[in-house]
Amino acid sequence: MNFTNFGRYILLLKSVFRKPEKLKIYLKEIAKQMDYVGVGSLGLIAIISTFIGAVMTLQIAFQLVSDFIPKTIIGSVNRDSSILELSPTISAIVLAGKIGSAISSEIGSMRVTEQIDALEIMGINAPGYLILPKIISGITMVPMLVIISMFLSITGGYIGGSVSGAVTPAEYIQGITTDFNPYTITVALVKAFVFGFIITSVPAYEGFYVRGGALEVSQASTRAVVISCISILACDYIVTQLLL
Amino acid sequence: MIEIKDIYKSFSGNEVLKGISGKFEEGVTNLIIGGSGSGKTTLLKCMVGLHQPDSGSVLYDGRDFTPMTYEQRIDVRKEIGMLFQGSALFDSMTVEENIMFPLNMFTDQSRKEKIERVNFCLERVNLAGKNKLFPAELSGGMKKRVGIARAISMNPKYLFCDEPNSGLDPKTSIVIDELIKELTEEYKTTTIVVTHDMNSVMGIGDYILFLHEGKKFWEGSNKEIAHTDIKELNDFVFASRFMKAAKDKF
Repeated sequence: MNFTNFGRYILLLKSVFRKPEKLKIYLKEIAKQMDYVGVGSLGLIAIISTFIGAVMTLQIAFQLVSDFIPKTIIGSVNRDSSILELSPTISAIVLAGKIGSAISSEIGSMRVTEQIDALEIMGINAPGYLILPKIISGITMVPMLVIISMFLSITGGYIGGSVSGAVTPAEYIQGITTDFNPYTITVALVKAFVFGFIITSVPAYEGFYVRGGALEVSQASTRAVVISCISILACDYIVTQLLL
Repeated sequence: MIEIKDIYKSFSGNEVLKGISGKFEEGVTNLIIGGSGSGKTTLLKCMVGLHQPDSGSVLYDGRDFTPMTYEQRIDVRKEIGMLFQGSALFDSMTVEENIMFPLNMFTDQSRKEKIERVNFCLERVNLAGKNKLFPAELSGGMKKRVGIARAISMNPKYLFCDEPNSGLDPKTSIVIDELIKELTEEYKTTTIVVTHDMNSVMGIGDYILFLHEGKKFWEGSNKEIAHTDIKELNDFVFASRFMKAAKDKF
């Protein structure tokens, strides 16, 4: 995003947060988006998180070849990695692909078929009506998905360790319950909140300013996912630096 | 009544509108005509606020629309109905939801009242009973009629139609034209139709404003349009063999 685009993005956000015309309709739209972003992504996040947790356990066990290191460390490392990095970041990148492209295509199609113009003519704040419910669903549902992802990733690690024999269930549970710092959850939720905002607002911006036809809509969709992923990684670094 | 005064608009240094002025009275069908690239749609978009003119003003019954803030414009926009070239129906909503949408947003009517209004609008455009269909299930002509029903659902004072006949067969085009004319006369709306369809011009053009290369070249009625000596207008009006033959015959 160059400076012109960044400026337009900020101006669009200013329009998004204008007072809604009718709260009831916005609430209905928010509920619809929450269902799509949250419930609609649950299966995907569950599968990815469980497998990542299982693979993490195997890889940590593979790297811990020394007899001087207790096996309980596998559980601790898996827990902290899942909570601090893998669950928020991997979930956000996956969601940027799934939700981000859908948001960009939806709004972009509405732009090229004059549906956004129709909203404006009616006197409706198009950015507010189209984007605000998506942003609110992003900043509420992504943290919830991340919490589920953390749980499933740690559970996946337990299953992976037990099935492969890399670590016994008792050692793994001892590992995940030892020296737990609840602050890591706070860091993860801050990340999830920021990522939720990015994966809804950036694609919405890309879709809202599409000019042209079907080709431009698909290009905007691709650009939305790429920019969202880069922004997620950059913000991941910034939040980690600030909070840890 | 809508009055435009000296409208200029350019895009990246390319001047599209060069000082257009005109008056559009209520209760009559006002047409803006011209060839492709003459600036018709840009003028329409300047009038409804989708484009901001570089200079000039648009007055809705004396209210200058151009310098208004976003909040001030909302009050005027609630009085505007618009039919888009591609109908611009919300494709995730049914016909009923499309027509009900502005009512949901801006009125406190009960659901029963809103349904009654939707049914009235659908009957008015001869689409009674099509409430539960989605836009994808409608033909081009039906989409236009739903677009009109949505545009009139809030009883607009001003009705804008952008190329209402594009992509339609001649018979359906006449149905749409007649519907626009009927609604204009019945509800005394100030109706502005952007078109390059000569059937519409001859059929419903009570007041016609002809644009050529971003300038106003001529204004008058459909009764006068065939009797001018303006070359650009004659080239436009009599471009088709049919119109040329009709001119030679009469």
